[in-house]
Amino acid sequence: MAAIVSSVSPASKMFRTCFHAACGAAALNASRLPQHRAFRLNAMHRQQPFDSTLEKPQFPGASAEFVDQLEFIEPNVISGIPVYRVMDRQGNIINPSQDPQLPKDTVLNFYQKMTLLNTMDRILYESQRQGRISFYMTNYGEEGTHIGSAAALEPNDMVFGQYREAGVLMYRGFPLDSFMAQCYANTDDLGKGRQMPVHYGSRDLNFVTISSPLATQIPQAVGAAYAIKRENINRAVICYFGEGAASEGDAHAGFNFSATLECPLIFFCRNNGYAISTPTNEQYRGDGIAARGPGYGMLSIRVDGNDVFAVYNVTKEARRRAVAENQPFLIEAMTYRLTKLVTQKNWYLKSSFPIDMNGKAMDVSFNQRNVLH
Amino acid sequence: MAAAARLFLRGIHSKCSVSGVSTVPRTSFGPRLLKLSPSCDPYTKAQRRHAAHFTFQPDLVPTQYGPTQKMNLFQSITSALDNTLSSDPTAVIFGEDVAFGGVFRCTVGLRDKYGKDRVFNTPLCEQGIVGFGIGVAVAGATAIAEIQFADYIYPAFDQIVNEAAKYRYRSGNLFDCGKLTIRAPWGCVGHGSLYHSQSPEAFFAHCPGIKVVVPRSPVQAKGLLLSCIADNNPCIFFEPKILYRAAVEQVPTEHYTITLSQAEVVEEGSDVTLIAWGTQVHVMKEVAQMAQEKLGVSCEVIDLRTILPWDVETVCKSVVKTGRLLISHEAPITGGFAAEISSTIQGHGGAGAYPSCHRAGGGVHPELVTSQSQFGKS
Repeated sequence: MAAIVSSVSPASKMFRTCFHAACGAAALNASRLPQHRAFRLNAMHRQQPFDSTLEKPQFPGASAEFVDQLEFIEPNVISGIPVYRVMDRQGNIINPSQDPQLPKDTVLNFYQKMTLLNTMDRILYESQRQGRISFYMTNYGEEGTHIGSAAALEPNDMVFGQYREAGVLMYRGFPLDSFMAQCYANTDDLGKGRQMPVHYGSRDLNFVTISSPLATQIPQAVGAAYAIKRENINRAVICYFGEGAASEGDAHAGFNFSATLECPLIFFCRNNGYAISTPTNEQYRGDGIAARGPGYGMLSIRVDGNDVFAVYNVTKEARRRAVAENQPFLIEAMTYRLTKLVTQKNWYLKSSFPIDMNGKAMDVSFNQRNVLH
Repeated sequence: MAAAARLFLRGIHSKCSVSGVSTVPRTSFGPRLLKLSPSCDPYTKAQRRHAAHFTFQPDLVPTQYGPTQKMNLFQSITSALDNTLSSDPTAVIFGEDVAFGGVFRCTVGLRDKYGKDRVFNTPLCEQGIVGFGIGVAVAGATAIAEIQFADYIYPAFDQIVNEAAKYRYRSGNLFDCGKLTIRAPWGCVGHGSLYHSQSPEAFFAHCPGIKVVVPRSPVQAKGLLLSCIADNNPCIFFEPKILYRAAVEQVPTEHYTITLSQAEVVEEGSDVTLIAWGTQVHVMKEVAQMAQEKLGVSCEVIDLRTILPWDVETVCKSVVKTGRLLISHEAPITGGFAAEISSTIQGHGGAGAYPSCHRAGGGVHPELVTSQSQFGKS
């Protein structure tokens, strides 16, 4: 795990390609506004009309062919759903057609926000260890998932998060003071000091206040998307959750409702390999979360969560289509949780130490010199 | 019910408060005249199965809300939903089987009238229904969620208690789901048995942040439901299913509201206060009538209407006057809502010294078909 970790820090990888990005080139599908979308009442799945003369199953519940060989379907018929990426581990764009060709300022902003998030995490984590705040959760290792997805959304898109999406809020411009105020539960807290740290919320930035119970936001995001669909405006909903929360009944409920009710939303699963101490092989036996999407009739994709351009591309396209076609999309971003989960519990996992900060710092200074001239 | 009548008769003539009245097996709705027993133990006599007897007692025709039309309870609900969908373009109604009109016919005609996007079926998943409803409300639209039977509301308990009830508080009023109303058929119906007869209001009474309302009649139902929909808090509206067809009244066709958290004194009296909600109000009215005829006792009957937050003042005022209180509900007696009323009233100095409070409620066992009376048989 450590070997893999050292080369996939999202910040360093992204920054290596900084000087590959051409300035001023139009971004991939960035500025095209969706047409006024039709409200598809007739798009409801219709059952096949019955024709009893055909030697074909005529069941209302499913349409398929008959087969006379007894064979169980293997859960992982192919070796798992592939992981979409744009950059290799050295930060080079593999397929130029997938380069989002973002302006230099945008890419620099990605980097700035990721390092700012990382820095804030360090300060608040230390605050907790010093007894200044009661609790904290860092975002180490998952900054790419936050920044890449947040950048692909419109500012008025509604965000339902779980608890490790501070980068989304930061990208949207939530002030550091407000993060701190919520963690310190002081009088400047927009939430009036009522919740534990990291339970951020902002009405102005369309970020629904975090709550502690896991996965409860998933069916709520679906409801919000349905209401937004009825308003017939250019607005989507994104719902973040971890691979552990995806085991909750609420997740199943949300997936099923979103597909049957044709809601314009993006389910964004951060699969970081652990739910506190529970590894993924104790969380599920199927092929991750992306493999569940087809079961619900949902378009799904798996992406390298450490590749901020890949996350950006996937979220951008999912958003475009979700709004244009009124259907949900499931994105599973594979990543790592690079530290112990929470501060109060002493969960030390040998394979999840923080990134080698020295290496990253050297990369930063090297690349900064390259960018500045 | 018979249990209520027995307790009532015992209570009138005793000086002391009987504490820890044992659970009385649920027997029937009907009143029955029993001899006074000097013993306080309800198990000394064999319990006989009582004949079914339940009469819905309509109120006078309301004149202050405009023209009226004969409606039963489910039709009054449909009327309320119709008014809502017509006046509020964001309003949507959803749940299991609501599209074809609902298993209790509460949503008949609404889909054809207002469209498939506004009245629609959801998959069979209560936690999804309520979670979805919360999301609709958070996004600013009016959400009316139907749970097919109150007995099936428990999968949604987390969404109701941990999310809906706390949404506004935990966000410092940045977000709320005040536009959510949850409706569910509630209470004994005669043949419902364990899973089509429950009255779960006490579970939700323990949860600050939501409102819980139970109407006794079509006129009350429509007004209270419209108030719940208008109310800026998530509300749970329990509809006594036995009244869906049995209760018929002249109900105003226009929009009107009945104030929440306001109990109603449906009959004035001076000797004892009887409190109930939903179906039991009609039983209590019969008990009151019986008491007047047979014993010359004047009963004040109060319909609580809103369980949470409940109208302490009206109840207190009444108990100050009468000095005696009997609360009756179908739900199991232990931890039932009567316990909350009883202890609050006894704790209130203004209610006079040691008011005599009694509770009559369901037994320790769930509803069994064999011990429920068959509606319609006498």
